[in-house]
Amino acid sequence: MPNPARSDDFPITRHSVLAAMRSDDPAQRSRATETISAAYWKPIYKYVRLKWNLPSEDAQDFTQEFLLRLIENEFLQSFDPAKARLRTFMRTCADRLFLNQVRDAQRQKRNGGAAIPLDFDEAEQEFAKRSKTMSPEQYFEKECVRHLLALAVERLRTKCDSSGKAVHFQVFHDYDLDPESGTRSSYGTLARKYELSATDVTNYLAWARRKFRACVLQQLREMSASDEEFRREAKAILGIDPK
Amino acid sequence: MKWLGDGTVDRLRANMQVPDLSGTRYRAIRYVAGGGMAAIWLAEDTVLQRNVALKVLDADDSPELASRLLREAHILAALEHPGIVPVHDAGTLQDGRVFYCMKYVEGQRLDEFLPSVPSLVERVRLMLRITEPVAFAHARGIIHRDLKPENVMIGPFGEVLVMDWGLGKLLSDRSTQLAAASLDADEQQRSPGATAPGSTNHGSVLGTPGYMAPEQLRGDVARMDQRTDIYGLGAILSVMLGSPAEGRVTRGHRPIGAIRAKAMHPDPDLRYGTVEALTADLANYLADSAVSAYSESYLERLARLFHRHRTAVILIAAYLVMRLLFILFSRP
Repeated sequence: MPNPARSDDFPITRHSVLAAMRSDDPAQRSRATETISAAYWKPIYKYVRLKWNLPSEDAQDFTQEFLLRLIENEFLQSFDPAKARLRTFMRTCADRLFLNQVRDAQRQKRNGGAAIPLDFDEAEQEFAKRSKTMSPEQYFEKECVRHLLALAVERLRTKCDSSGKAVHFQVFHDYDLDPESGTRSSYGTLARKYELSATDVTNYLAWARRKFRACVLQQLREMSASDEEFRREAKAILGIDPK
Repeated sequence: MKWLGDGTVDRLRANMQVPDLSGTRYRAIRYVAGGGMAAIWLAEDTVLQRNVALKVLDADDSPELASRLLREAHILAALEHPGIVPVHDAGTLQDGRVFYCMKYVEGQRLDEFLPSVPSLVERVRLMLRITEPVAFAHARGIIHRDLKPENVMIGPFGEVLVMDWGLGKLLSDRSTQLAAASLDADEQQRSPGATAPGSTNHGSVLGTPGYMAPEQLRGDVARMDQRTDIYGLGAILSVMLGSPAEGRVTRGHRPIGAIRAKAMHPDPDLRYGTVEALTADLANYLADSAVSAYSESYLERLARLFHRHRTAVILIAAYLVMRLLFILFSRP
């Protein structure tokens, strides 16, 4: 499975994934593909499960096929950042691919023995938790954001582990990630748990949130096709407008 | 990979919106508004124990936007005027985002405030007060370039403030050392296409359609000067007067319509040359004096003079009538 944490030393930043995927440098292209696959495989899988009502196994095949075509640069050749967001474009490509496959019912599966390792069981469990009231398009958008944040959490975890700040991550994890049902640990509880002072808990949490925000932006930049799209997406996702 | 439930996603997003004020004297209270590149937060200055407004850049890795925000802070710092919100502080937050701190202004935007001012005369008086800080800025070689009702605030005590100097441009280096030349170079490289109303996004011609002078719409930086702002003031006046279709500029108010038309003339050379000239015409209009933008007929002049001196005219007429009556009835 593509490793999001690897992208920490990803050399392309400003113009990110699109330019890299069109690059003449195979190493650059390969890393860009890895990044974009990691960013989009899960939302695509869940989207086709919902939109086209594909059974899990077919959706897995479809996702593999989609990623292979992405790797072969079949889709992104025609992408124009001025016309659409990369995220919307990917969803449209998935729709188009599916319709083509339906039309070509006799198609051969190309990915028989060379499947990309993806954790479809995990994706399937997450898919089961979806809200039933959303349209497939809304669901895709929401899953893209959820996946982006999940990748950023992994990136933060890697960063913390490699810099001897595992406790920082644990504090962040316990306070910001764990409580789903309003049972959030207090600073005092965390201080006792990790043998820190309450002030340390405050500082650790502030540090981790700051780094997490940076990880999200870094991840987002790598998933965006242009600086403009990055800014638009950052505005929409981190975004400031409470409406 | 950890599954993030809806509640966690919402919480993470909310946390990321709040500027990281650790290590500063400020404490975030609430979000106030968002613009093209930055958000305004109400915050408490914990040292002076007063509320302030923080303008915080949305993204933390754009040197171009960061320098724009700082430039705005520098411009505000150079403009100490009761009609321009004072800036107190500027810097970079722990999360890398550039910010500046300014006075927190409570009040209404002009577009929200206008319905409470039905009188044309009162609106023109308000307009005069809007021109004051703009004229002040021009005297210091700075133009605003984004004048519109949304960027004018009316405070609770009637104070008028011209806000959002993010597109401000230095015409000369008299007051500060801002690099106007480099700003111009940036802009000349930008592609045409104006930003959406209410925003001043970067990466395109900067300003707001409907309030931008033609030279600004064309991206003709060389022709942008104080007359570009005069066009913006004319557009604000236009909003105050209402569109001709609404019939606000009636026959008796042709001079104010002419003032608006002159301020918004497509050719900068045919607009008012200075804000002071526009202000003089507005003041003359309020005083029932002749305005430079309008050539009145003899009848109109007579009507205006009558209107201006109506008390004296009525008194004289009453005196003459009384005198006439006295003469008529005192005859033997």
